[in-house]
Amino acid sequence: MTVYIIRRVLQLIPVLLGVSILVFSLMHLTPGNPAQLMAGESAPPDTIEQIEESLGLNDPLPVQYWDYISGVVQGDLGTSMRYNTPVADEVWPKFVVTLELSIYSTILSIFMGLLAGIISAVRQYSISDITIMIVALFGLSMPNFWLGLMLIQWFAVNLGWFPPTGWEGPGSIVLPVISLGTAGAAIIARMTRSSMLDVISQDYIRTARAKGVKRRVIIYKHALKNALIPVVTVAGLQFGALLAGAVLTESVFAINGMGRLLVDSIIQRDFPVVQACILIIAVVFVLVNLVVDISYKFLNKRIDLND
Amino acid sequence: MSQETILEVNDLRTSFFVEGNEVKAVDGVTFDVPKGKTLGIVGESGSGKSISALSILQLIDSPGEIVGGEINFKGDNLLKYNDNQMRKIRGNQISMIFQEPMTSLNPVYTVGQQLREALKIHRGLGKEAGTEKAVELLELVGIPSPRSRVTQYPFELSGGMRQRVMIAMALACDPELLVADEPTTALDVTIQAQILELLKELQDEFNMSIIMITHDLGVVAETCDYVAVMYCGKVVEYADVHTLFKNPRHPYTVGLLNSLPRSDMDQEELEPIRGTVPAPHEMPVGCRFAPRCPFATDLCHEKLPELEDVGDEEQVRCWIYTDEWDGDPEVKVYEPEARTAKD
Ligand SMILES: Nc1ncnc2c1ncn2[C@@H]1O[C@H](COP(=O)(O)OP(=O)(O)OP(=O)(O)O)[C@@H](O)[C@H]1O
Ligand code: SF4
Ligand SMILES: [Mg+2]
Repeated sequence: MTVYIIRRVLQLIPVLLGVSILVFSLMHLTPGNPAQLMAGESAPPDTIEQIEESLGLNDPLPVQYWDYISGVVQGDLGTSMRYNTPVADEVWPKFVVTLELSIYSTILSIFMGLLAGIISAVRQYSISDITIMIVALFGLSMPNFWLGLMLIQWFAVNLGWFPPTGWEGPGSIVLPVISLGTAGAAIIARMTRSSMLDVISQDYIRTARAKGVKRRVIIYKHALKNALIPVVTVAGLQFGALLAGAVLTESVFAINGMGRLLVDSIIQRDFPVVQACILIIAVVFVLVNLVVDISYKFLNKRIDLND
Repeated sequence: MSQETILEVNDLRTSFFVEGNEVKAVDGVTFDVPKGKTLGIVGESGSGKSISALSILQLIDSPGEIVGGEINFKGDNLLKYNDNQMRKIRGNQISMIFQEPMTSLNPVYTVGQQLREALKIHRGLGKEAGTEKAVELLELVGIPSPRSRVTQYPFELSGGMRQRVMIAMALACDPELLVADEPTTALDVTIQAQILELLKELQDEFNMSIIMITHDLGVVAETCDYVAVMYCGKVVEYADVHTLFKNPRHPYTVGLLNSLPRSDMDQEELEPIRGTVPAPHEMPVGCRFAPRCPFATDLCHEKLPELEDVGDEEQVRCWIYTDEWDGDPEVKVYEPEARTAKD
């Protein structure tokens, strides 16, 4: 197991290098002169030259990449064009907000999804199963931002239970987390249900029953551990998608997260910030994948050690 | 019955209810398992062998349901037990092993964890004592270096090894009755012989009774003391193994014997039973075997024969052995000379 984890972590190095090269090329793949792009159409030539100079755009590409990557490793993500402040200072607090939002939402998704999925599978075709699956279908088909708007309308405006916007204090996180976590919960519930139903009809479940194992133990020990294997993948993907895609929900709740920062920066052509955001999202994505793989391995020892 | 019986199954009925129809998978099955002996249950695919076995432990899932009969284990009718009481029987006094060793072990738990489970449930053994006992059991079923196997996962073992683990698991709590549903069908021939040999040894050692389900009369000849022949959810003949092979009475049993390859015969002389097993929705009203039986008469097609005593420990479900028989009174169902080499 330890060997497996170490190997997986070492395998991340080329992946992360690839990611950094891609993010770096972002600047250079965009048509036109990056400095011109940043400065805008009507910028005077000496401004552009100045920008080129400050970005080191006149150096050969490998040198530029080296400057970039050694900066990144030391936590220097460049300087924001808009605010002229270090990008790291700009991105970090927002990243933390988005990360919190994603983590809470994923926890909600996993908890609700597993619970609903198990109940559904164990009582297949019962009223609770049918109800859960209908609710899940709704949860899945409702756009996050729309659910967010509805939640604000009912629970913030009408009932006044929670603040309608912002990200301060425990009360403020409830509505955004529900609106972001619901779709994931629905996906996980459906996944858990079908996975559990598949597992429950397996021969080894019959073996466990023939041993005199209690029904509850069969469900939570023998069946669930097998059924979790596909669910873990979905939960991981879910988390990654939330991190990158919380933009609309952040806007609805006026949360100052990375989604908003990213969109604003794209509009403002603040390329260093865009770069940093994408780099962070990509790195977290890769790390989440690592966690998923390790949990996989933990759940299912059959996975080849050399993978 | 002249000797002590551990299990008496009386008129067991198990049906599946699919789309408003009742499929009578087990339709009035009756047999006894004498203590310390092996009862073979034979019959073609779909004759209800597995469903009978699963019914004994009440492991029938919806849409299936035990709809009638008695399963008397040491004098108590198990069908009167509630789920809690049944759980105390399963894996403890009655164990079961299954046909598919590749899929019958849980892939995400180690051999040791799975072996310890029944020991914990029925004997209250903790992790350490359980592991010791698990090693002992693995040794008993002939698994080399048992101590290192305890931490292995099923995927690390071959099919034969897994079936041995299944047997070890079934034996964990010294069951009085072992139900083995085609324990060797999925294994290759040499492994098959080893597993059967192992079961025989363990039976002698622990005076265990066994129900051996198979469709292979060769396995019956090697391992069983008594045999119940099943056809379409019913027992058609019950006899001790010598009588069954020497003097089979039911035309279906004779058909099975005639389709068995023998060393003194050419393969071409094998006579498979003509026709096929009737589908559940077109079950004959009379004798279930009538459409395929060379001796069938009008009576056979119209009325279902009962399972009648025809000897001390022999029963057969066929009109030929009753006073009502309306066919040739001299009919010879089995002619051993027809089975000898012809040249
Ligand atoms: N889940 C089910 N739903 C409907 N009918 C079923 C179901 N399981 C079994 N049956 C019926 O029960 C009959 C007997 O099945 P069973 O598994 O006992 O046969 P078997 O004698 O063990 O055959 P095999 O040699 O193939 O294992 C089948 O022919 C089928 O009609
Ligand atoms: S009852 Fe009639 S049809 Fe059935 S096995 Fe006997 S002879 Fe054949
Ligand atoms: Mg079967």
